[in-house]
Amino acid sequence: MTEEQATETASPDIEDSIIEIINMHKWFGDFHVLNDINLKVGRKERIVICGPSGSGKSTLIRCINRLEQHQRGQIIVDGIELTNNIKNIEKIRAEVGMVFQHFNLFPHLTIVDNLALGPIWVRKTPRKEAEEIAMYYLEKVHIAEQAKKYPGQLSGGQQQRVAIARSLCMSPKVMLFDEPTSALDPEMIKEVLDVMIDLATEGMTMIVVTHEMGFAKSVAHRVLFMDFGQIVEGNTPTEFFDNPQHDRTKLFLSQILH
Amino acid sequence: MEQTSADITASDDIRPPVASIGVIGWVRANLFDGWFNSLLTLATLYALWVVVPPIVRWVIIDAVWNTTGAECRDAAGACWSIIATNFRFILFGFYPYDQQWRPLVAMLLLFGLLYYSQDRKHWTKMLGYGWVAGLVAMGLLMRGGLLGLSSVETTKWGGLPLTLLLSVFGLTAAYPLGVILALGRQSRLPIIKWLCVVYIELIRGVPLISLLFMGSIIFPLFLPEGITINKILRAQVAIILFTAAYIAEVVRGGLQGMSRGQYEAAESLGLNYYLTMRLIILPQALKIVIPPTVSILISAFKDTSLVVIIALWDLLKTSQAVLSNPEWMGFSREAYIFIAILYFLGCFSMSNYSRRLERELDRDRP
Ligand SMILES: Nc1ncnc2c1ncn2[C@@H]1O[C@H](COP(=O)(O)OP(=O)(O)O)[C@@H](O)[C@H]1O
Ligand SMILES: [Mg+2]
Repeated sequence: MTEEQATETASPDIEDSIIEIINMHKWFGDFHVLNDINLKVGRKERIVICGPSGSGKSTLIRCINRLEQHQRGQIIVDGIELTNNIKNIEKIRAEVGMVFQHFNLFPHLTIVDNLALGPIWVRKTPRKEAEEIAMYYLEKVHIAEQAKKYPGQLSGGQQQRVAIARSLCMSPKVMLFDEPTSALDPEMIKEVLDVMIDLATEGMTMIVVTHEMGFAKSVAHRVLFMDFGQIVEGNTPTEFFDNPQHDRTKLFLSQILH
Repeated sequence: MEQTSADITASDDIRPPVASIGVIGWVRANLFDGWFNSLLTLATLYALWVVVPPIVRWVIIDAVWNTTGAECRDAAGACWSIIATNFRFILFGFYPYDQQWRPLVAMLLLFGLLYYSQDRKHWTKMLGYGWVAGLVAMGLLMRGGLLGLSSVETTKWGGLPLTLLLSVFGLTAAYPLGVILALGRQSRLPIIKWLCVVYIELIRGVPLISLLFMGSIIFPLFLPEGITINKILRAQVAIILFTAAYIAEVVRGGLQGMSRGQYEAAESLGLNYYLTMRLIILPQALKIVIPPTVSILISAFKDTSLVVIIALWDLLKTSQAVLSNPEWMGFSREAYIFIAILYFLGCFSMSNYSRRLERELDRDRP
């Protein structure tokens, strides 16, 4: 399932960062789940995060839209610092799309209503226009013919594409993906990765937690390796895979690349 | 045709044996399936044979329908005359006799609105306004004092309109209050959370009768001199407060059944708490708990009859009053059967409607 063609777009603007995480820590009770995270993500930059299970990858990206709360350090998204200010949090969430491992579509709404919900209620777009936006993005993920169905009637791959489209309807500035393909049957992984590659080609800023190394090689500008709540190393895909610096990284790569 | 266990094993190319399909198949599989079931079937048939004919004779064949109480005493069957003769008193209590068309119209209005509201396609803003207008009209009809309608004190209200008033208002006010309490109980703000917990547990810890007593006897003692609050209103509030606590616990169960992912998906779109609840969580959670909610609403409906103990003249009380009239003394079976039928119609339509609603919601989203 490797995508060999490299996705060439204008290189990201590292100076103009959209996300800035500075000396950030988080604990679950006594458990130090994120330990001194420093990360700058430039506009249009695409980052893949990998690492063993339990290393804190999900927690890190969930901190970026405040589904989890950090306890020390700073997270600044698009110029706004994440604090307890609920208005700021809602503003940031509207600008940051999130795709979950288990899709989390709204089962009581049709596909098109799932998509139109955000624009209508958060962006205050008129319903008709919101439905047009919804249909536009459903076309984009090649699933427009399912618009009137309910999530439960779709396959896993289709549901995940709908979930991506749902986020896109908000015209987010950043997209976060938390293992978007790991709950899918193997034959459905490619259709979801293809949609993500299209997104990359269009210059979307993306942070993707995944173990799809083919995707990382062809799409990422940077690959980060996390372990025990720390970012152990980060490098361009070529350097990262061909020349890993740390023993932990080497061990991890040898395990997942067989 | 009902699938029986016998033809589940039948494959497509082989037809099941004739004896396992059709009426004979059904009878054999369901009624005479082994000696024990056969015995039960025969015993049941015998019991029905013994019980049903006398009941039919009492209820219909030997019954009298339109006589005086004295004639009733000679009849072998039921004395439905007690209902026929006292119909208007049982239904309307002490409401002035020549004005009883007013509660009648009010009830018809209510039934009409309820009937129209059954269909979810009709749930629009207009229907909401329709309900408001309807309720105002009903209140005006009952209370009078305007538009040339003579004024009727609430102390004269009674019978079926009172029962319906207590239950329709009680249930429609208790439901949203219960939902709010359930949400409050999950609140992250400790004060709100504890207020809701204390409220729910206190109310659930006392019987409705004691709340009604408190409302009608103890509560007025605390009011400043000269201020009185309508007795019906006090009973109404007690019923609402009581029912809401039970609704809250059922709804809480539904909320706990929701996965974390639904909240997170809604929040990560930028929806605030109120919209997340209204658009995503409650529609799903409330649907899960339709069956237990309806059980509570049904029992609350029946519990409105407890207001007899604080001397409100609801349907049950007006019937009892008829029974204390020497002419009709002793015909309590007939009177209570009649009341039971009215209550049954109310409860049965609620449970029927809830099943229909569930079915519709299921068809919409498989
Ligand atoms: N809500 C939580 N409460 C307590 N511990 C948690 C919670 N969420 C995650 N953890 C723990 O934090 C660690 C990191 O979790 P996570 O970020 O999901 O890891 P990853 O996504 O890298 O597999 C795990 O050990 C997990 O058990
Ligand atoms: Mg994870």
